[in-house]
Amino acid sequence: MPGKTRNHISQNEALLFEMSSPGKKGYQLPDLDVPAVDPVAALGAANTRDEITDFPEVSEVEVIRHFTRLSTWNYGIDLGLFPLGSCTMKYNPRVNETVARTEGLAWAHPYQPESLSQGALKVVVELENALAEITGMDAVTLQPAAGAHGELTGVQLIRALLESRGNPRKKIIIPDSAHGTNPATAALAGYAVENIKSNGKGLVDVEALAKIVNEDTAALMVTNPNTIGVFEEDIVKVTSLMHSKGALVYMDGANMNALVGITRPGDFGIDVMHLNLHKTFSTPHGGGGPGAGAVAVKAHLEPFLPIPRVVRAGDLLKLDFNRPQSIGRVRAFLGNYGVLIRALAYIMAHGGPGLRNATLDALLNANYIRKALEPHYDMPYTSPSMHECVFSDDRQAAKGVKTTDIAKRLIDYGFHPYTVAFPLIVHGALMIEPTETESKPELDAFIEAMIAIAGEIDKDPQFVLKAPHHTRTPRVDETTAARKPILRWKPPTAVNKAAD
Amino acid sequence: MLATLGLDSIERLYAHLPQEVLLNRPLNIAPGKSEYEIIDWFRARGEENAVGYACFLGAGAYYHYRPVMCDVVVSRGEFLTSYTPYQAEMAQGTLTTIFEFQTMICQLTGMDVANASMYDGSSAIPEGAMMAMRVTGRHKVLVARTVHPEYREVLATYSKYQGVPVEEVAYDAASGKLDLDDLAAKLDTQTAAIIIQSPNFFGCLEDTAKIAALAHAKGALLVFSFTEAVSLGLLEPPRDADIVVGELQSFAHPPSYGGPYAGIIATKEKFMRQLPGRLVGETKDANGNRAFCLTLSTREQHIRREKATSNICTNQALIALMATVYLSVYGKEGLRELALQNLSKAHYLADGLPLRFSGAFFNEFVVKADSPEAVNDALLKEKIVGGLPLGKYYPELSGCLLLCATEMSKREHMDKVKGAIA
Ligand SMILES: Cc1ncc(COP(=O)(O)O)c(C=O)c1O
Repeated sequence: MPGKTRNHISQNEALLFEMSSPGKKGYQLPDLDVPAVDPVAALGAANTRDEITDFPEVSEVEVIRHFTRLSTWNYGIDLGLFPLGSCTMKYNPRVNETVARTEGLAWAHPYQPESLSQGALKVVVELENALAEITGMDAVTLQPAAGAHGELTGVQLIRALLESRGNPRKKIIIPDSAHGTNPATAALAGYAVENIKSNGKGLVDVEALAKIVNEDTAALMVTNPNTIGVFEEDIVKVTSLMHSKGALVYMDGANMNALVGITRPGDFGIDVMHLNLHKTFSTPHGGGGPGAGAVAVKAHLEPFLPIPRVVRAGDLLKLDFNRPQSIGRVRAFLGNYGVLIRALAYIMAHGGPGLRNATLDALLNANYIRKALEPHYDMPYTSPSMHECVFSDDRQAAKGVKTTDIAKRLIDYGFHPYTVAFPLIVHGALMIEPTETESKPELDAFIEAMIAIAGEIDKDPQFVLKAPHHTRTPRVDETTAARKPILRWKPPTAVNKAAD
Repeated sequence: MLATLGLDSIERLYAHLPQEVLLNRPLNIAPGKSEYEIIDWFRARGEENAVGYACFLGAGAYYHYRPVMCDVVVSRGEFLTSYTPYQAEMAQGTLTTIFEFQTMICQLTGMDVANASMYDGSSAIPEGAMMAMRVTGRHKVLVARTVHPEYREVLATYSKYQGVPVEEVAYDAASGKLDLDDLAAKLDTQTAAIIIQSPNFFGCLEDTAKIAALAHAKGALLVFSFTEAVSLGLLEPPRDADIVVGELQSFAHPPSYGGPYAGIIATKEKFMRQLPGRLVGETKDANGNRAFCLTLSTREQHIRREKATSNICTNQALIALMATVYLSVYGKEGLRELALQNLSKAHYLADGLPLRFSGAFFNEFVVKADSPEAVNDALLKEKIVGGLPLGKYYPELSGCLLLCATEMSKREHMDKVKGAIA
């Protein structure tokens, strides 16, 4: 067995629907303390259903075993390094889970009186203030539910500001290295997307940019450090150029883990940006959310922020809805509040100095990996790395082995793969972000695995092409899944049953 | 490690940054605190809120009992600390639960396919509207005034910047349900969809079948939404709808001052390729065994970029998992019994009160009160948070309160509410 892996019992598990049998139950409701109402009398026969066909019926023990067994088929940061580039998979402190369940916060209703919501509102203010300080921006909204939602909010803010100046303009410029959500967002906000090719260093090409910015340009969406983990060295020139043409600069802050405590987007000319609290600020990714996409803006965009805003009125905090220039709401209520609690807890635990130290450790870990792997994998852009390093599979592809194959083999060594095939400017990318969480032994084990795989590819590429070899589930056929989509369980038909 | 890199100090790692951008001072954030201090600080914040109050607010965020099992499962690090399941061989746990989730949403809504989740019910509304526009090739949307006011505000924000006209359809002042005549008058050959909510914001059930017939006659789609998911345990699923969106907070997540919740979007098989967001599909692994993976991703932003069906990436997976656990604990019988308890409690609370509308209701309803604020103030003295005064959202209903009762509402508290209003 390679690396950290050994064989382990892995049980089969049916779907809930398949283990279901009539009459089984795992719940107990209290007796009704009021008269039972006849649903047909109250709602009408046409409005009521008899039963939820094929809905599961299982016992409590079956429920816990089902989900526990399924959990053992997963991998998480709690099990080891999770080097997904651009995703900042850092340790999720458990105290954050505890405080998010504080009774007075978890059971607070969004419409309960403001006088009885002061604690909840204080959390919002504290987090907004901390994020404004970290980003160097003037105001923050916590309403967006994830990074892409924050992007949309930010671009809508840009549009609202430009409209107030008389012309929303038509296009948004986006580097070809950008994450897919950037162009998708610009389109969703009603803008045309103009892609700009990165220069030889993988950075925004200032001269090319100068040629295409015009009075139709609403904004540039830039990621800094960008998706190859490199700081945009000309960022001040870039932001000044955009501003000189009356355009704004949006920063995708997904990579903010490289900057906290070292430099602030507000200080290099960014007008508006989002933060992924589920990346930089340690809230758990939960297999795909929930996240939170806080948006930070400079003062000129503040009047347009979503309603409501939390404001101080004497000794009390209150919600202010009277903001005539606001873009409106992007989400009901105040956002993914429980995620905000967790992010604030992370900031409190680290404090200013601790946040900066985390950044430095993240840079150190990424550069340590880069140094060790550079002899074994091609690195198309060699500018200094910040929090992540991006290799290409060029050398291995010559043997027929692609980044996805290397990723699958990495699983055999007990690690989650890096980010595969993104960014688009690197052909066959391996995007590696260790975060500050990892210790030297864990990094060394990962490096050892990556080097071993490079060696395996030299000797026996076929073996790597068939990886993973040691998982309970060998390679999954994604092509058939897309060609003949089966997106839900259905009961076996009588014919199928007879054939069983 | 620094020595390996040939560096004499860790600061050298960012020495290449332009000097002018460096922050030459410490962040103005207090030094790190201990676990105990952090817990204590949040406990103090919690106590500044309404702790120990009975609450009769609903309106998109509901008080339902949360079986212990839900937190037990979502606290497992294998679920909690995993990423979006791109690497299927290492994420069959998450993928299997999402497949179960998608199936249960179909069973509950009467639709053929459901995605892995949306941010919440409110943002699922514009996603449903945009999907309807893609399907029909039309560019106008109607929305019932009985849809949650904040959901309509979110729709307005999204549509404003795409130049999509949104027109509101009135409600019938007596029944509290959508005004079918107004709908018929406003539907035309440019209408992509009519968006309704049932039970609606006033708690009343809409005439879904009739609305669908009117919409379909004009070639428009019906986008059906819900905020109170527990109602699906008892109500006829919206089979006549083309797209169903909704909010799952009721299935295991506490109100948590507004989030994180989880939205859904579901549809008929023929519209499957227009769905936004993640989908999990069944397939086989190299040994021929059943396995699951993310699929139909050519709809999504990471492949299609500006031509994607949506920009959504991260969704609300863990909340969807919580809902999946909740639904398996309650199961077929339990969800029905739970819904019946909600129905019974709400009808007990409503009995004898001056109801504003005649429409059938599930667990929310509107009552008339000379001064909703005075009623609420009186109740607060009894440690009861009353209903939602509606004047802020519907000026014509300024003398009205929206009340909600769930299985957690106690009779003694309900009696006090009845006393304060009657
Ligand atoms: C660079 C970048 N931008 C934007 C996003 C989108 O963020 P989210 O998934 O929270 O919507 C991501 C995350 O995947 C990202 O890596």
